Amino acid sequence: MLDFLSLLPYWQVFVEGIVTTLWVTVVATLLGLAIAVPFAWLRLEGPRLLSALIGIYVELIRNTPFIVQLFFIYFGLPALDLRLSATSCALIAMTLNLTAYATEIIRAGIQAVPKGQREAARVLGMSPLQSYRHVVLVPALSRIYPALTSQCIIVMLGSAVISQISVEELTYAANFIQSRNFRSFETYIVATLCYLGIAIAMRQSFEYIGRRLFGFLQGEQR
Amino acid sequence: MIRNLLQRSSRLAVVRRWCASLACAALAFSVVQANAADLATIEQRGVLRVAVPQDYPPFGSIGADLEPQGYDIDTARYLAEQIGVELELVPVTSANRIPYLTSDRADLVISSLGKTPEREQAIDFSSAYAPFFYGVFSATEEPEMSGPEALAGKTIGATRGALEEIKLTEVAPSSTTLRRYEDNATTLSAFTSGQVDYVATGSPVAAALATRGGARTPHLVLTLQDSPCYIGISKGNQALKEKVDSLIAAGLADGTFDAMSERWFGMPLPESMRSL
Repeated sequence: MLDFLSLLPYWQVFVEGIVTTLWVTVVATLLGLAIAVPFAWLRLEGPRLLSALIGIYVELIRNTPFIVQLFFIYFGLPALDLRLSATSCALIAMTLNLTAYATEIIRAGIQAVPKGQREAARVLGMSPLQSYRHVVLVPALSRIYPALTSQCIIVMLGSAVISQISVEELTYAANFIQSRNFRSFETYIVATLCYLGIAIAMRQSFEYIGRRLFGFLQGEQR
Repeated sequence: MIRNLLQRSSRLAVVRRWCASLACAALAFSVVQANAADLATIEQRGVLRVAVPQDYPPFGSIGADLEPQGYDIDTARYLAEQIGVELELVPVTSANRIPYLTSDRADLVISSLGKTPEREQAIDFSSAYAPFFYGVFSATEEPEMSGPEALAGKTIGATRGALEEIKLTEVAPSSTTLRRYEDNATTLSAFTSGQVDYVATGSPVAAALATRGGARTPHLVLTLQDSPCYIGISKGNQALKEKVDSLIAAGLADGTFDAMSERWFGMPLPESMRSL
């Protein structure tokens, strides 16, 4: 009845799909987080115009479906003569999406640091940059680190959608195999387990990185 | 230490629960696949469930009155009427139309379905009910290609799982890039928006796209195969298959399908189909 052997000829397709899913996720995550930290700071303490612009961007992305953003970039922008490859479009869409959510999460973390803490650091003679980095940013990031982890995993799972614009990632691989051997149950079970494995691996790595980065804070807030 | 142990054991419990639910799902699936409705069941139920396309004019699309329309829908109506039961249309995409049949969500697939050996292992086919050829079309006017070798270095859009995509995967040289999309509408959007300069699709779709106008109309550069469409029936459903075959033969003889071809393709049926 169930015939997992029928998937065997396609194992390479699966592996290529997993590799693509992984690398687009890693690139989008690194880019997204790298942009989100300064964005969160600018949103809170930047010039009013810039702060408002970032606010508009964050709300625009957070209040529209990912697939519509993706289709807009892939199918819509060519009307303005801006034609990018499917993979570039997917990376842009995923990065834009993660940046918006991460900006909001990091902003919340920064706001949760009591003002007095920063003032105390300044009184103790730390420079504005020093006090911002050690007394605001690091405790803030350590507080919202679990939420950030989840957001990055959501982006990885959301990457399934980019199969719609022909990026050959894991869901694309599953759809492709399913269109050839018609074993939908077996194919999607394997794809499900792959996603589960990737998600768990991501969570573990984030935990590991978190311990390295914020381990010294243990027992305090984490 | 103890907390750690507790955590680990609760994690194990979660894994065990997952395994249990997976086993349940597998069981449910096997039960569903076992009983596809035969002709007697359909007559008793009084409803014929037909999987039809809704994004593939002129075979099946949503009309201005928001009702499904097209050659496939007319075929479904004709069959239901002749069998003497109500018709229930089940909208499907070209990627999921066979799973709909194998999981018994539809009795027949009338969805411009072509015949392949792989598909014949999964389902049975009626005799041909609709004409079809498919090929590669370009956005700009260019001379017809001599063969699939001429596709080298080109980027071609196609709908994943459709016959032309499977064929193209086989015959295209390795330097050809195939962009596969989930459904026909997305494939056509990729072509009209310029994400691909070539599209592999069926003749009626290209004709419909050309009549719609716009800057990028399709021009045939390579005929991939002449392949009429068949009705998909679940495996081993002999009584239903015989009934459908006899109704198609009757419809071809009395001009029903000729009239449908005139209405949806703007031309009578080709000779090759009349003689079937």
